[in-house]
Amino acid sequence: MKNRLVIVIVVIALLTAACGGPAATPVAKDKIRIAVVMPSAITDMAFSQSMWSALKAVQTEMGGESALELKYSENMFKVPDAAAAIRDYASQGFDIVIAHGSQYGTSVQEIATDFPKTTFAWGTDVNTFGLPNVHAYTAAAEEGGYVNGVLAALLTKSKKIGVTGPVEVGDAKTYIDGFVQGVTSVDPNINVSKTWTGSFSDVALMTEAAKTHIASGADALTGSSQSVVGSIGAAKDNGNVLWFGTQQDQASLAPNLVVASQQYDWTAMIKEMIKNHQAGKLGGDKYVLQLKNAGLKILYNSGYKLPDNVKKAGDAAIEGIKSGSIKVNP
Amino acid sequence: MPSETAVVPARSRRRFVFDWKEILFRAAVPLLAMFAAFIVGAVLLLLLNVNPFTAYAALIEGAFGSMYSITQSLVKATPLLLVALGICIAFRASVINVGGEGQIILGALMATWFSLQFRAWPGWLLIPATIIMGFMAGAAWGFVPGILKARLGVNEILTTIMMNFIALQLMNLLLRGPLMDPGGVTAGTFLAQSERLPEQVWLARMIPQTPLHTGFILAVVLAFVVYIFLWRTTIGYRIRAVGLNPHAARYAGIKVPFNQALSLTLAGGFAGLAGVVEVLGVHHRLLEGITSGYGFTGIVAALFGGLHPLGAIPASYLFGSLLVGADKMQRAVQVPSALVDTIMGLVVMFVVGSAWLSRRWAARRLAATAKRQEVK
Amino acid sequence: MDQIFTTVVIVGILSSAIRLATPYLYASIGETIGQLSGVVNLGVDGIMLMGAYAAFFVVLNTGNLWLGVLAAMVVGLLMGLLMSVISVTLKAEQGISGIGLYIFGLGLSTLLFKVTIGTVKTVDGFQTFRIPILGNIPILGEVFFNNNVMVYIAFLLVPAAWWVLEKTTWGLRIKAAGQNPAAADSLGVNVDRVRYMSVCLGGMLAGLAGASLSLALVKLFQENLTAGMGFIAVALVYFGGWKPVGVLGGALLFSTVNAFQLWMQVLGVNINSNVAVMLPYLLTIAALAFTVNRARQPAGLNVPYERGES
Repeated sequence: MKNRLVIVIVVIALLTAACGGPAATPVAKDKIRIAVVMPSAITDMAFSQSMWSALKAVQTEMGGESALELKYSENMFKVPDAAAAIRDYASQGFDIVIAHGSQYGTSVQEIATDFPKTTFAWGTDVNTFGLPNVHAYTAAAEEGGYVNGVLAALLTKSKKIGVTGPVEVGDAKTYIDGFVQGVTSVDPNINVSKTWTGSFSDVALMTEAAKTHIASGADALTGSSQSVVGSIGAAKDNGNVLWFGTQQDQASLAPNLVVASQQYDWTAMIKEMIKNHQAGKLGGDKYVLQLKNAGLKILYNSGYKLPDNVKKAGDAAIEGIKSGSIKVNP
Repeated sequence: MPSETAVVPARSRRRFVFDWKEILFRAAVPLLAMFAAFIVGAVLLLLLNVNPFTAYAALIEGAFGSMYSITQSLVKATPLLLVALGICIAFRASVINVGGEGQIILGALMATWFSLQFRAWPGWLLIPATIIMGFMAGAAWGFVPGILKARLGVNEILTTIMMNFIALQLMNLLLRGPLMDPGGVTAGTFLAQSERLPEQVWLARMIPQTPLHTGFILAVVLAFVVYIFLWRTTIGYRIRAVGLNPHAARYAGIKVPFNQALSLTLAGGFAGLAGVVEVLGVHHRLLEGITSGYGFTGIVAALFGGLHPLGAIPASYLFGSLLVGADKMQRAVQVPSALVDTIMGLVVMFVVGSAWLSRRWAARRLAATAKRQEVK
Repeated sequence: MDQIFTTVVIVGILSSAIRLATPYLYASIGETIGQLSGVVNLGVDGIMLMGAYAAFFVVLNTGNLWLGVLAAMVVGLLMGLLMSVISVTLKAEQGISGIGLYIFGLGLSTLLFKVTIGTVKTVDGFQTFRIPILGNIPILGEVFFNNNVMVYIAFLLVPAAWWVLEKTTWGLRIKAAGQNPAAADSLGVNVDRVRYMSVCLGGMLAGLAGASLSLALVKLFQENLTAGMGFIAVALVYFGGWKPVGVLGGALLFSTVNAFQLWMQVLGVNINSNVAVMLPYLLTIAALAFTVNRARQPAGLNVPYERGES
């Protein structure tokens, strides 16, 4: 039948593609296959890119394509399409399917029950729906926000800091709330003003928002989402405005102005999921990226000369959050 | 001398008969155009080092290869069909509705708010009430540009585009505030979505293990309703008259601005319905991205159906399958999803650009019929 | 609220407005010319994206800003040509073919970006410079005469377009082709040719709009950089009553309100940010609803011209 022939062709094509890599020393276990479905581009310098970079890093560590097969679907902001993708990967026998978007929750809940042998990982949220094969993950973005806030508060000369946000939801909100708490902990008199452009993708408006902050006297900026590249550009244009990033290391965009970025490092979580899957535990865990478990990292930009006392304060904040002595509210 | 009725194609003298040959011709042309667009797409695939045969095989398999994909296409077709029906009505009055995105949002917003507000009501009451309220919300969003055009002469392209952006911000405002899922607030995740709707308002699944929901039946039934409305009622006649020849219509006493505003309002209502079925049948809550671009792709689906409500049914299904298959293709050969969009854009342009072919054929057939009658 | 009325803030708002208005000016004036000749092009956003990409790619690889601008114009012209073929020669439904062009431009620019550049990069782009003498006028000097060259060109386009449309035979032909193609045809105007040239010119200007974004305003390229700007630009044509000066007014109104709401957020004025973001759109509709100017659109707009048909 034509359908079956087509399916055979596709499967052969997939297998050929999968076996295309150089023959690395095979790991004692079977090849692991992970698929990820993401709402934005893998090059978004933010949320999706952080997950994809982590997957690639784990792949390299494990020995390449032959040890860990990766497939992705990006720009799946239409939930029904994402649901189809998730279901498709599951039915193709992928071991772990990562639904990297908070809007995919309902889909994961429905699909996971149809594929009891597949591990589903869903983020960012804390709900595993009580299903044995669903992990949930989230990032305590407010922690890195706090540290960035501390650094910014110590470095600002004009005592004015600007925040360029997209929409006040999700980890954009929690990051910024943490940032404000960090600034206040150093000096409650520093003026932190926030703007929300109402869009995750409007770069031009984000740029103008950043310029507005700068024109009103801010000399340090932060913000979140893929449109944040506009803010960084505005900072670069001005030449004297410092940038604090989140979700992904953004130093490459303005090498001498980015002070630090909070990096979402999913690698530890991914490796644990793989280990658990191979041991038969398919789900039920709630991962939280934190400073404590190295899921969140503060990457100081080597291109920016950070004064020692500031770095000390930053490190102290990190230690404080890790030990629990500093509590940051999302 | 040939009789007066000779040059008029026979079909228009009878009531429910369709000229199958004509329909076949009109369907063949866009399909050929699509084929041409896919050839260009194949060139792009080759440039990306992808085997076009593998890719297109995946597309076909993705669209038709399993019961799940077929039902998935039908689920996608549902909002497409609803938006397309609105477009058909508006188009018949010579109004292009580019405000679909905003109208879908309003329908979805109303459906969410209403069903959460009245969650105590039983399903048999809540579902129809929610549907009606959602239609009205979308209609209201189409009414504003309509009345501004009718009373103040403000161009509807301007207003509908602006209202799309306004609707988006309205949704953001509500989702991050009063409509945000209380569960998300307590858990500290603050996701941009509403609470899950009460189960009795969910549209039933028609086939278990598939996403096909009863909204599809609603859409198909409404297609027939729109057909009857446009061709068998006085109001529908007036709307079509306005579109065919506004001057003649005015001469005949038909109020042109009023009917244009009416068509825009109805178009908004149908787009609003698309939002309602997505919320009640697919997601069971309101979340950002609810429109999934249907406000624009619905226009394309309407085009593929010859801007006729009944034609919109197969057109929406086929276009829905195309979208589903294209996603599968993207997964299978791992090309950037942008390639799929590029091909889609080409398909639209080629299909719309091929309309002159069907017009030419139609004209030729008309001339041939006239000649035949003359000879008699 | 009285913080709003300090010099710094007013200068800030107006400067932002001038910058924000620039891409709209290029694209809207281009679309005005096209529409005056009788063709609606809803694909402007797609052309802007392709122009932005082309300009950015060339500058990234050659460092030559003007070569980038030229690339954007060529790409815009080609896309305008595509639209002309479909809308004028093949007489397709213009609204829908425009949307197809938009989807195509969005897809292709993203695809090319991913394949040839990959990650987000920045360029130095056009720098701002102060015009001597004029730049020293208090307030006005800072706002108008301290910008980059793409901004200056955009504003110069307004009188230039006005002059072409009102004072040259060429402008007369364009308007005739749109207002009454049958009469124009009988007077020897090649309606199709005029429409081709107008739409191609419109495409070129839309490409320039994209270049002004990627080379001057944000100095980078990212997928869907325009985020729907092109559609606003088309809407502004209607707002402006198909006159360059009206388009200027619309672009400035829209951008000023946008700049204003950003400043309000920065200054901490107690307004919901979503409502603030809605303001430019609401006020544009309101402005049009309450002004007396009820310009009529070109009679032949969106109607393909067929010789022999009336």
